[in-house]
Amino acid sequence: MFVPCDRGGGAAGSDFKGFTLLMPAVSVGNVGQLATDLVISTLDMTKVGYFYTDCLVPMVGNNPYATAEENSTELSINAEVYSLPSKKLVVLQIRSPFIKNKYRPFCQTLLSWVKSSKCARVVLLSSSHAYQRDDEQLLGTPLRYLLTPDLEKAVGGLMQELNWKEMEKVATYPGINDTEKVLHIPGGGITKLLFTESCSEGIQMAVLLKFCSEGDNIPDAFALVNYLNEWLQLIKSEVSASSTDASSQWKVPSSWRLLFGNGLPPALF
Amino acid sequence: AFLSSFILDSVCWEVVGVVKLWNEWCRTSNTTNVLPTDSFCLFYRLISDPTVLLCQCSCYVAEDQQFQWLEKVFGCMQKEGLQVTILSTCPVADYKTQESTLTLPSPFLRALKTKEFKGQVCCPLLEQPNIVRDLPAAVLSYCQVWQIPAVLYQCYTDVIKLDTVTIEAFKPLLSSKTLKSLVKDVSESTKILKKLLTTNETHSNIYI
Repeated sequence: MFVPCDRGGGAAGSDFKGFTLLMPAVSVGNVGQLATDLVISTLDMTKVGYFYTDCLVPMVGNNPYATAEENSTELSINAEVYSLPSKKLVVLQIRSPFIKNKYRPFCQTLLSWVKSSKCARVVLLSSSHAYQRDDEQLLGTPLRYLLTPDLEKAVGGLMQELNWKEMEKVATYPGINDTEKVLHIPGGGITKLLFTESCSEGIQMAVLLKFCSEGDNIPDAFALVNYLNEWLQLIKSEVSASSTDASSQWKVPSSWRLLFGNGLPPALF
Repeated sequence: AFLSSFILDSVCWEVVGVVKLWNEWCRTSNTTNVLPTDSFCLFYRLISDPTVLLCQCSCYVAEDQQFQWLEKVFGCMQKEGLQVTILSTCPVADYKTQESTLTLPSPFLRALKTKEFKGQVCCPLLEQPNIVRDLPAAVLSYCQVWQIPAVLYQCYTDVIKLDTVTIEAFKPLLSSKTLKSLVKDVSESTKILKKLLTTNETHSNIYI
């Protein structure tokens, strides 16, 4: 459930009518969560509340987006909500894995919150196992999108203009019967469940995902967040003459330090 | 162990409750005849001041039970004026720092506090990108969300078994506002500490 930080009169913190909710799926390489970190850090978003739930493993730590001594002592928990009213953007960041058998209850709680807070649409950042791609998917861009029917009506045309590739469906019974197709997102965590639930509940949802593998997923996060930016235009992307490398405009949060372990003991050498 | 040595004793504290968990990590041999004191999660109340409660949890609470543990325990407590202090240990190998963990002066304490906690903290705060997990994290999350002042002291140690050095790392807490009034006589503490450690040692000895 959503619990605002500020219990006082300030309804501004929890009024998300017409906002876009951006959130990650806990998926392969944690790409969605890394990309969400970049958005929160770059846009300097304010924390407005917590998503208190028994579906995620508990964890706490100090402010992951700290820029100075003063703001580094604020406690952060496993699921928090940040907002940027000027861009009508609200972000839910999830920092820990799901507890067994809690996918469905979480999706239900989340979607009922989306409806009650009157968010206009939801954008889910996710990823899928690169090794599960078929021959055609190995060529070209590793980025894909999905739209629920309600959002298709609104922005379907824009996707065509951006030349984006829709996530392909796979045969339900491969090798036996190729006519029946079904959506398959291996390694995507709650992505498929959340998407199908949104379709049936009439929620405007877009899924943006990247094919990747576990490893150093920071470049994948940059790729996904730039993909998102092509559509939502959250930051101005400067296209240089040689390449479209916009990674320098995203601010890396301080908590990304030491992702691959501590310093080495000098005695090793 | 720190609490047993320095704060708890049978005269001033009485057992007021237990939390029973079904948990494959719990080593209960006989599930039908479990006495309250056989439980791994005991709640003590200070007889002279019933507003002070102490919880000793000596088993691992699985992640799918942490939420329920919290709801049950905090559900019985009045949240107005509540202040929570959590003590926990963790291997120093989990501590992320620029230097290697071999050079760190372990054991050492680090703290995390909720927004509402305005008291003095007895040690440095836990630096990013370090995090805390399991039951201590669950309790602190609960307190942060429901605006209860709470502080967690995490001791990073390089010793797996119970030992005096790690226990004594918590000593700075004895001078903190919350625990100052609860501390027992120092000489008795050393006696109990010795007793605790010798019982553990005999168990870990594989030779008769």
